[in-house]
Amino acid sequence: MKADRPIASAARRVLAVVVALLAALTASAAMLAAPAFASSADVATDCTPDGTTACVSPIVLDTNNDPVPGIEVTITGTDFEEVVTSTDGPVSVAVPTVGRYTLTLDPATVPDGMSSDVPERQVVAQTGSTARGAFRIVEGSAPAATGDATEPSETATGGDGDEAAVEAGGIGADGSTENVSGWPAFSQVWQQFGSGIRFGLLLALASVGLSLIYGTTGISTFSHGEQVTLGALLGFISVNWWGLPVWAAVLATIIICAATGWFQDVVLWGPLRKRGTPVMQLMIVTIGLSMSLQYVIQMFIGGRSQRVLPQNARPVEIAGITLSAASWLSMLVALVVIGAIAWFLTQTRIGRATRAVSDNTALAAATGINPDRIVRIVWTMSTGLAGLSGMLLAISFGSFTWTLGMILLLLMFASVTLGGMGTAFGALAGSIVIGLVVEMSTLIPGMPSSLRYASGLLILILVLLIRPQGLLGRAVRVG
Amino acid sequence: MDELTRILIQALAQLVAPATAAYALAAIGLNLHFGYTGLLNIGQAGFMLMGAYGFAISTIEGAPFWLAFLIAAAAGALLALVLGIPTLKLRGDYLAIVTISAAEIIRFAGRSTLWAEYTGGASGLAGTAYKGSFQDLSPLPDGRTAIGPLEYIHNGSDSWWTRIFAWSVVLIAVLLVWLITRSPWGRVLKGIREDEDAVRALGKNVFSYKMQALVLGGVAGSLAGMLFVLPISVAPDNMGRTLTFFVWTVMLLGGAATLWGPVLGSMLFFFVYMLLRTGMRAGLSDVMPAENVEHLAGLMVGVALMCIVIFRPQGILGNKKELAFDVR
Repeated sequence: MKADRPIASAARRVLAVVVALLAALTASAAMLAAPAFASSADVATDCTPDGTTACVSPIVLDTNNDPVPGIEVTITGTDFEEVVTSTDGPVSVAVPTVGRYTLTLDPATVPDGMSSDVPERQVVAQTGSTARGAFRIVEGSAPAATGDATEPSETATGGDGDEAAVEAGGIGADGSTENVSGWPAFSQVWQQFGSGIRFGLLLALASVGLSLIYGTTGISTFSHGEQVTLGALLGFISVNWWGLPVWAAVLATIIICAATGWFQDVVLWGPLRKRGTPVMQLMIVTIGLSMSLQYVIQMFIGGRSQRVLPQNARPVEIAGITLSAASWLSMLVALVVIGAIAWFLTQTRIGRATRAVSDNTALAAATGINPDRIVRIVWTMSTGLAGLSGMLLAISFGSFTWTLGMILLLLMFASVTLGGMGTAFGALAGSIVIGLVVEMSTLIPGMPSSLRYASGLLILILVLLIRPQGLLGRAVRVG
Repeated sequence: MDELTRILIQALAQLVAPATAAYALAAIGLNLHFGYTGLLNIGQAGFMLMGAYGFAISTIEGAPFWLAFLIAAAAGALLALVLGIPTLKLRGDYLAIVTISAAEIIRFAGRSTLWAEYTGGASGLAGTAYKGSFQDLSPLPDGRTAIGPLEYIHNGSDSWWTRIFAWSVVLIAVLLVWLITRSPWGRVLKGIREDEDAVRALGKNVFSYKMQALVLGGVAGSLAGMLFVLPISVAPDNMGRTLTFFVWTVMLLGGAATLWGPVLGSMLFFFVYMLLRTGMRAGLSDVMPAENVEHLAGLMVGVALMCIVIFRPQGILGNKKELAFDVR
């Protein structure tokens, strides 16, 4: 797809990436410019429900079910917002109207080294009763999301744990940065920048594979999301069921996931290639594969959210960004692996052959490269990388459910399109941008955390309107 | 023996179930996209959600039935326009990527707390909130009727009226598809599917034709969403990616680019699917829990989809020569 690039245009492409990054930074700077917002008022905190009064009560408990005093919780609802501080006893406020209220815990008031299990709770206030929303203060900064995750066959009930269920998609449960009202402070923006880089790097591991598969075979594979979830699942199984140490679990995950890719190519993609099956047909096959894998994964973990590492995460602060130690390690692993991919693609024979096949399969075959072999290597490598990505994501974000891959697939497509379909390095740049945008979009006041992935779709549509070939893609006619 | 009869009757009931009609209509829409025009829409659930929300919310806000019906259709058309404008000039897989993403985002938006006042958030909207105007339309007297082993009440959620209405909509859609696809307009669509450049060379505005097909199929999808929620409730988590994949299976099973393929596919699919699930639940109750039976059945659907595409891409009714099956 992109062999003989003139140097000048390569430089332009790099420039485009720089500009995009600058734009992301400028946006965050603009958020800084607005003053930090905090509201606090003395409110009556003893509400007795009766026929005309509805009460909302936040409950903050530690792991021994003892109340934790001094935690500020913001209660927001229609035309209503109040901050209450927890005490040793029950605290409740009267709310003007019945309906849905959001309780948001202010992470700044949580003791150092601790965090809440969920950043916010939804309650429904009704007259004659007190709607309670409970937060549990636990050690560590990357807590497990609670609540049953959503299975399609089940109607999720409103109230506790719904947002947590979305969070349990494995993405960013760092409760320390939730923002419901007011503009963020610099430390929040910087923290989200760090989370964004983390997400971007881990996303890149999966997107590079998606992009390589597209480049060499022309298939936009819809089963890649499930390959990511498979990695998380295998991480969970190897640590918790087989009792492997984490480093061995990572290796086992990569090897087994890569084996699934190799196996798929041997029994499915290889024979179909020989038959000359059109690409569109193959894409529908990936849909069927994705559905099958999804149900296989559900057979193991059902709708529950699972933690890969049983122990609580240890927060580590580097350069003002607090992430769990496991997150930092995951980022390091991701960086090393991405470096290895870059070296592989540019320096090794097979890597260069891969790029040649992705540029022009017929020409590559004419120069003595066996495209079939290259495609097999690409499938194996891509699924291995997706597995690694899934496991690292599950470790970094505390927990995962079977929906992890569904969300990631969407973001991977956005990254790959943004970077330029089929370009491995474009996928890397695109992933970092998408990671940053997704994590930073939570800083926008009033943005529910479940909608942050919508920014991925927004970028996808904008890119297709403005620059369909992506940041690093070559401007060719694509339709 | 009683067990076997019960299972068979349950499966038979699927042949006329409103959900089967909803899937058939969604597959008719998808057939317009994929079968006739070659557009790869992998977000039919998104269109269905738009229709379901459009109908339910406007009814709750006080719209009469037919206005709500039109709003549901308009919601699907709007989504088709928004998704079509950036993608239809590009290669086919971009539409696929954008539709699968949009369907998920619509579901997230529906279950988010931001618009929970209208959408009911993750718990969705209770059926009783919006069914009234539809059930008031029923001309049937109250009572019950049994046809063969199938017995339902006349009016209400799980009623003959819901079934008659749903299948009537499906039949009208089949008739419309028959009329438009045998017209010159329909031949242009098939031309686009076979060779877009050739059609362009004939002076046709390919983008405009594709957009019309996307909008029409999207409207069918959103009305299918309305049919889907009429007997039950609006639950965003029931209308996710799995729904889209089932609609694909239904369409490809019956046969893409055929008139009756989606209808046949839907009836056959749900007959077998129900037979499989209730059968396995009864037969495997000692071996695995009911939850896992659902997963096993879903896995089989996935494998079946793969097998259909690989071994019989034209489905049951299709003509292999007609279907060129390639990215446009």
